Amino acid sequence: MAILVVAEHDNAHLSDATNKAVTAALKMGGDVDVLVAGENAGDVAAEAAKIEGVRAVLHADGPTLAKQLAEAMQALIVPLMGDYDAVLAPATTSGKNFLPRVAAALDVMQISEIVSVEAPDTFVRPIYAGNAMQTVKSTDKIKVITVRPTAFDAAGNGGSASVKSIDAPAGPFKSAFVSEELTQSDRPELTAAKIVISGGRGMGSGENFAMIERIADKLGAAVGASRAAVDAGFVPNDYQVGQTGKVVAPELYIAVGISGAIQHLAGMKDSKVIVAINKDEDAPIFQVADYGLVADLFKALPELEEAL
Amino acid sequence: MKVLVPVKRVIDYNVKARVKPDGSGVDLANVKMSMNPFGEIAVEEAVRLKEKGVVSEIVVVSIGPTQAQETIRTALAMGADRGILIQTDETVEPLSVAKLLKAVVEEEKPDLAILGKQAIDDDANQTGQMLAALLDWPQGTFASELEIADGKAKVTREIDGGLQTLAVELPAVITTDLRLNEPRYASLPNIMKAKRKPIDMKTPDDYGVALETRLEQIKVEEPPKRQAGVIVESVAELVDKLKNEAGVI
Ligand SMILES: Cc1cc2nc3c(=O)[nH]c(=O)nc-3n(C[C@H](O)[C@H](O)[C@H](O)COP(=O)(O)OP(=O)(O)OC[C@H]3O[C@@H](n4cnc5c(N)ncnc54)[C@H](O)[C@@H]3O)c2cc1C
Ligand SMILES: Cc1cc2nc3c(=O)[nH]c(=O)nc-3n(C[C@H](O)[C@H](O)[C@H](O)COP(=O)(O)OP(=O)(O)OC[C@H]3O[C@@H](n4cnc5c(N)ncnc54)[C@H](O)[C@@H]3O)c2cc1C
Repeated sequence: MAILVVAEHDNAHLSDATNKAVTAALKMGGDVDVLVAGENAGDVAAEAAKIEGVRAVLHADGPTLAKQLAEAMQALIVPLMGDYDAVLAPATTSGKNFLPRVAAALDVMQISEIVSVEAPDTFVRPIYAGNAMQTVKSTDKIKVITVRPTAFDAAGNGGSASVKSIDAPAGPFKSAFVSEELTQSDRPELTAAKIVISGGRGMGSGENFAMIERIADKLGAAVGASRAAVDAGFVPNDYQVGQTGKVVAPELYIAVGISGAIQHLAGMKDSKVIVAINKDEDAPIFQVADYGLVADLFKALPELEEAL
Repeated sequence: MKVLVPVKRVIDYNVKARVKPDGSGVDLANVKMSMNPFGEIAVEEAVRLKEKGVVSEIVVVSIGPTQAQETIRTALAMGADRGILIQTDETVEPLSVAKLLKAVVEEEKPDLAILGKQAIDDDANQTGQMLAALLDWPQGTFASELEIADGKAKVTREIDGGLQTLAVELPAVITTDLRLNEPRYASLPNIMKAKRKPIDMKTPDDYGVALETRLEQIKVEEPPKRQAGVIVESVAELVDKLKNEAGVI
């Protein structure tokens, strides 16, 4: 069996979500190659070649791949699948965007956001916001799979695979990149951080998030938020943790002024240790918290900052 | 310009899904069902485009049991013009949904299809992308802003690092994210009016699409339960426990 893993990167750095998808691929068994699709992404290809267990890196470079837009990725990946039995991508907004197109073009069903590999054709995936775990067996000849990165350990970086250049699709395509607005932060990336501290509607305003940010900086933590906090404009959209936001599973998750709706829990309940700070002792978040503190956050957060 | 909006009938988002003891699936008997929230956002966006004069007709389509008519009626009450129900009691995988929707697109010839980015039951997040691929249309997924002008859709997308804007040629598939809009509640007069709007009753056979099952469900289980924790009395006690008991800071 041969498996292709599509790398997640920003043309400069490889995301370790790629290493995690490689782990899932290795669990399926067989030869694992990594596809780096980008523009001026030579460094990324070199990094990918170091992932342990990888046989070869395919590197496609060109302007049509600069942003890994869905149509170009489809045009690149589909012809490669003659040589592979499965294609995997991390379940990031990028993988979720292009991989279903690849699946439809190959006339196969995608298996979305797997959290476990039971057999080369059998996988576990959460449904209903993580309230049920579905085991599915794929009868398709080619498996098309997105992998939830938090569910797999990252493969190590001691390998030395070969890098082979392949052509980028020529285009033109019917969609074009216009602009982007990326959140700048020196803090760790939300899905990769060891500690995450998130604020909810209880924070009251964007200014008050500074209290959370100061604690995050003391702990080396990433900052997250509930949907209510994002909708209210306290923080940008990419802070959202939950069923429809990011899924995190850090060593420590601190939820501040968050009630604990099903949709929020879906994104954080696999964290190792959960702390909840909420003034309402009946808030559902306390049902999943290892340590609960019933307190006014405006009093508790300054105390916490002081104590660290 | 005509818009197609596929909507799915799913478990209401306020209901906590319960796994059946025999592991055959999630218990949906006597559970409140509603329109998929992302579908509501899709209908709302189409209605707003109509109110702006960009769109002239909104066709909603649902694939599912007879009761999915209620879901279509809700969309009609929000402002859609007519509905199509492709009736089936079987489990329909996203690939088959996309094939049926493609057949509907070929018949209706819309300039735009607006779908939810994911259905909150199966959380697959793939139908819209699959439809786009089958039609060879471009796509703007996870949209938080949509502008239509000069035969193009300008789509702002919610991505992991922030926001990305694309210019997408029409016809195209758009999938909605949470912050695209806040769906309206249908008014009583509009609910009454919706009762007279037409719904075409169809079957998958009418479109020549065979419903294939590619993913065989082996079992459905409860996720591992978390142990209930302790309530600490003070910030000092919390910090002490995190340092000395959990060892995470
Ligand atoms: C389709 C769909 C998808 C969704 N996806 C997501 C998702 O991905 N992520 C997500 O988070 N939500 C999501 N939601 C929304 C979710 O249902 C909740 O509405 C949301 O999580 C609530 O956010 P919150 O806990 O911050 O706000 P609230 O529920 O309003 O809770 C605020 C909490 O703060 C506490 N509080 C207030 N003031 C203080 C104070 N001074 N000190 C201490 N505590 C205080 C209150 O006691 C309360 O418990 C989704 C909803 C839908 C319908
Ligand atoms: C008891 C039970 C057993 C199941 N067993 C299986 C199984 O064995 N294998 C399996 O793959 N799935 C199974 N499912 C899930 C079911 O098939 C899913 O509804 C289907 O896979 C669609 O996935 P999705 O809605 O998450 O797609 P998504 O891609 O998340 O949907 C996105 C959007 O597509 C549109 N859309 C999706 N479906 C429809 C529809 N029916 N009509 C109109 N528009 C639609 C909507 O706009 C929606 O917002 C089961 C479900 C239940 C309740």
